[in-house]
Amino acid sequence: MAWKKSTIRGCALGAALLLPATAFAEDTGVSQGVFVANNVWMMLCTALVFIMHLGFASVETGLTRAKNTTNILFKNVFVICSGLLTYYICGFNLMYPGDFNGYFGFAGFGLDPGADGNTALYADGGYTYWTDFIFQGMFAATCATIVSGAVAERIKLSAFMIFALIFVAIIYPIAGSWKWGGGWLDAMGFYDFAGSTLVHSVGGWGALVGAWMLGGRLGKFGPDGRLTPIPGSNMPLAAIGVFLLWLGWFGFNGGSVLSADPELTSLVLVTTCLAAAAGGLGAMLSYNLVSTKPDLSMALNGILAGLVGVTAGADVVTPMSAILIGAIAGCLVVGSVIFFDRIRIDDPVGAISVHLTCGIWGTLAVGIFSTNPDHSFLTQLIGVGAYAAFTLTCVLVVFGILNATIGIRVPEEDEVEGLDLSEHGMHAYDLHTSGTSLDAPLGLGRS
Amino acid sequence: MTEEESVKKLEAIIKPFKLEEVKEALTKEGIEGMTVSEVKGFGRQRGHSELYRGAEYVVDFLPKVKIEILLAEEKVEAATEVITKAASSGRIGDGKIFILPAEDVVRIRTGERGETAI
Repeated sequence: MAWKKSTIRGCALGAALLLPATAFAEDTGVSQGVFVANNVWMMLCTALVFIMHLGFASVETGLTRAKNTTNILFKNVFVICSGLLTYYICGFNLMYPGDFNGYFGFAGFGLDPGADGNTALYADGGYTYWTDFIFQGMFAATCATIVSGAVAERIKLSAFMIFALIFVAIIYPIAGSWKWGGGWLDAMGFYDFAGSTLVHSVGGWGALVGAWMLGGRLGKFGPDGRLTPIPGSNMPLAAIGVFLLWLGWFGFNGGSVLSADPELTSLVLVTTCLAAAAGGLGAMLSYNLVSTKPDLSMALNGILAGLVGVTAGADVVTPMSAILIGAIAGCLVVGSVIFFDRIRIDDPVGAISVHLTCGIWGTLAVGIFSTNPDHSFLTQLIGVGAYAAFTLTCVLVVFGILNATIGIRVPEEDEVEGLDLSEHGMHAYDLHTSGTSLDAPLGLGRS
Repeated sequence: MTEEESVKKLEAIIKPFKLEEVKEALTKEGIEGMTVSEVKGFGRQRGHSELYRGAEYVVDFLPKVKIEILLAEEKVEAATEVITKAASSGRIGDGKIFILPAEDVVRIRTGERGETAI
């Protein structure tokens, strides 16, 4: 009787799972069953982190004006597509160069699992080489998406795309290699569990430079320090986006355990969610000092702030500490949003405040709250400084060159008309009618 | 068109939530058609201020609804009264009615003109 290939494979897998001890179990102490379970959890987390791109797309759309919706979505689409591809080409091997001098290393173009890549020997039975690549690849793209929110509604599409390519392909992985790749910061004892520093603050520095160099959107900052808000176009989408991001964080933090270890993964989910909740409430309470009318977008930013804040130490802090970290992050983000407005840096979605301010806070919080005695505030501070110096320098150079050559900001008429029309020649809504419905939802003639 | 047959146009700017009430009242009065549009505007009421992420801004223009109807001159007084009663909330911003002369009216389907075209 001829057996179907799938049947044979199924039997083989079943037999492997049933065998209590196999050859590599003796090498790694990890049974095939545990290896499979770990890898499945990591792949699930990969998918959850991917959901964060849905979240970013929604949040950014919701907090910006309808006349720029196509543009902001296009940037989001470009980032995930180009990010994954460049991570394949060079990013992964820049970030994990293997043995290197601790500052810069490169394991070659493309991917190569090697003989043990897809066995339990690769990562102590935590996941396969392929899983490693795609899980980390999802992280990489998120840091450019952070920038996209801060530069929205006025950045030239071509300039952004070039910047994003370089940011994700080169800057992010080199910075990441210093810690997760086993580089000098790792050797020093610096700790970033899931990326408050490596992903969020790096993205945040990029966002800060971009927003600063571009200048504020037309009409936002007036003479004599006058400030005119430019409200978003879709609060439901913004709220849904934040919930999607929270959902994605189950994978972002849950998967950073790098296995399905029951105690660690479950602790991490608890600290992550408690920090998110505390961040939301913290933002609500502190905004109450600004106005007795609660601002939904601030509460949403508060949730994100809590999530970013706990991300550096979700596996080394107690649930109570996570609540404190989140609550403080929620308060910080409110102050930060108002601060950046006051110094005339226009951040349409609050990306700088959520990711940079709270990314730095999360990094330092490890030094304050970690239950691991090897972690110190000073080491964390050094890490913050190192990433600040490196990222600021790189981003200033890239944006500076772009600004001097092709220019990074769209012409005034294009900004007024809306980037959907000027950069894409199409609308996001009512595609078949003319553009009269795309004026800012607030007031006649205000755009 | 003679004096007796003259057609008038009423433009009523009212608060949006009053539209249903005004429509019902006009229909009861025998007014058979109307055009409605969403507009923005302000009178002596001015606007109000709102807050977004800690920064204040003034909303001058408030959403209103404009109802346009055409009627024979003898019906204008009754219609005005009906609209005023239905659209009134007693609070500032209730709106205004503009009464304008209409040169002529045409029914597109039949080509009728004047009062019979209403």
